[in-house]
Amino acid sequence: MTTALLNWRILVGGGIVALLALIALFAPLLAPVDPLEQDLFLELLPPWWQADADPTRALGADSLGRDVLSRLIHAARPALIVAVVAGTLTMLLGTALGLMAGYMGGVVDTLISRMVDIWTSFPAVLLAIMLVALIGTGLHSVIIAIVLIDWTRFCRVVRAETLAQAEMEYIDAAVTGGLRRGAILFREVLPNILPLVIVLLTLEMSIAIIVEAVLSFVGLSVSSDSPTWGGMIAEGRQVIHQAWWVMAFPMGLILIAVLALNLLGDGLKTALDPVLRR
Amino acid sequence: MSLILDIAGLRVSLRRGGHLVRDVSLQVATGQVHGLVGESGAGKTMIAKAVLGILPDAVRVSTGSIGFKGTDLLSLSPRRFRALLGREIAMIPQDPLTGLNPSRRIVAQMTDTLRHHLGQSRGEARGNALRLLQEVQIRDPEKVLDRYPHELSGGMRQRVLIAMAFATEPSLIIADEPTTALDVTVQKQILRLIRQMQERHGTAVLFVTHDLGVVAKICHQVTVLHTGQVVEQGSIDHVMSNAAAPFTRALMAATPRYDQPADALHPVPEAVHQTLRDAARTFDGRNP
Repeated sequence: MTTALLNWRILVGGGIVALLALIALFAPLLAPVDPLEQDLFLELLPPWWQADADPTRALGADSLGRDVLSRLIHAARPALIVAVVAGTLTMLLGTALGLMAGYMGGVVDTLISRMVDIWTSFPAVLLAIMLVALIGTGLHSVIIAIVLIDWTRFCRVVRAETLAQAEMEYIDAAVTGGLRRGAILFREVLPNILPLVIVLLTLEMSIAIIVEAVLSFVGLSVSSDSPTWGGMIAEGRQVIHQAWWVMAFPMGLILIAVLALNLLGDGLKTALDPVLRR
Repeated sequence: MSLILDIAGLRVSLRRGGHLVRDVSLQVATGQVHGLVGESGAGKTMIAKAVLGILPDAVRVSTGSIGFKGTDLLSLSPRRFRALLGREIAMIPQDPLTGLNPSRRIVAQMTDTLRHHLGQSRGEARGNALRLLQEVQIRDPEKVLDRYPHELSGGMRQRVLIAMAFATEPSLIIADEPTTALDVTVQKQILRLIRQMQERHGTAVLFVTHDLGVVAKICHQVTVLHTGQVVEQGSIDHVMSNAAAPFTRALMAATPRYDQPADALHPVPEAVHQTLRDAARTFDGRNP
């Protein structure tokens, strides 16, 4: 693994993620027009490079004549909020439970592991839809649903890695150094699983973006008057034969966001591991 | 000579039944190296782990006592036991590859016990770590301090681990096969180093190994184990020149020698094993 390759992944992945974050942050300043403004004269207007396009609607307009570009920009907000908040909370919950299960063992491990087994036997998206239906729609519900469903992803991996680390002789060495179990967990075990957790976090963020898109596709995310990528796909689906761009642009953006996050995760994995980092 | 370690009638058993160590007694005096020899599964590592309190969950000490400077380690509270570990009793791990934490710098790992037990400041502990690395003759000690374990060779890592064990000037060091993972030439240097350090610091060492040749080089006293039983015990000169137990004699005959052709290897006869296994079975019959 060369340094050049490592930098390439972090730079490209991190660059795109940072760009998306900036777009979300400054959405009102960046969007050329109001994303909710309807203009029925501009209904299903094509993007700029096609004939009879309107220069004020660079990426065309949807079936209500709303500007696709402005809607894409504003929809980056819910997507990134969900990615960051749900991703981080999922990481904290899953990692804490995974560390406990792997390091304490015994009854605690059995309890947590069985819970993971039961949890993972539900189809994730259906469980998410069920949960949101129960606790109501909105960004909060989407975040809660993702955390409640996906903590198992962190828990399983962290538990397995903690078990593997606990077998290592340096843990025995730390115990025979007279350190307390808690100190050993945080000082000896955690640094060794941290790279893994950070890689999982980027993965989890991309999954959160997809789940948010799925939930807004079925109308269970934020209210329908604010734009979301999933909602745009759902609307575009109905006019796919007349105006492909209404659906294609949000799909492309989701794809780019997920790819960038995974690329960043890959880059970080090598950068954070002291053995691979040279 | 006062006793540092006094193990009496130690029995280590599986929780689901069955013994791994069958009433073993041994003493280590101040400044002495005591070799604990036996084949794989003879129970030598279990004895070492019992002293250090790191027996696996499935295993426990069922009877006996482990005296350290007059107090029974088994009767200490976890808190008081932890205060001894790393301060009065230290360990040299078996495998230099996994004995150091891969994601922490050498200096951080070396200064843990100095800071924890002796309350030294970061700078003070670093100075002591540097002095220790010089003492175990590592080249470029200043640079090594800031390296990660994977940047060092196996021999260097074992030197670091030895330096760490002696850091707090403990009275007893448990060395569990500290040279097994190293190649023969490095092994010899490491053995010499442990012996030098031990003599200079007056430390008692319980040296666990399967290699009688190593025992002969480094130990004052030796205990030979088979199936968790003591088959032979005494000073190294005595055991080497007139071993009483057939197993010890067979083990000495089985040690390969460079001045003899390879076809002169003599495995321990099956009958010797069988006698000792029978003895273990009789023991278990009496002590279920």
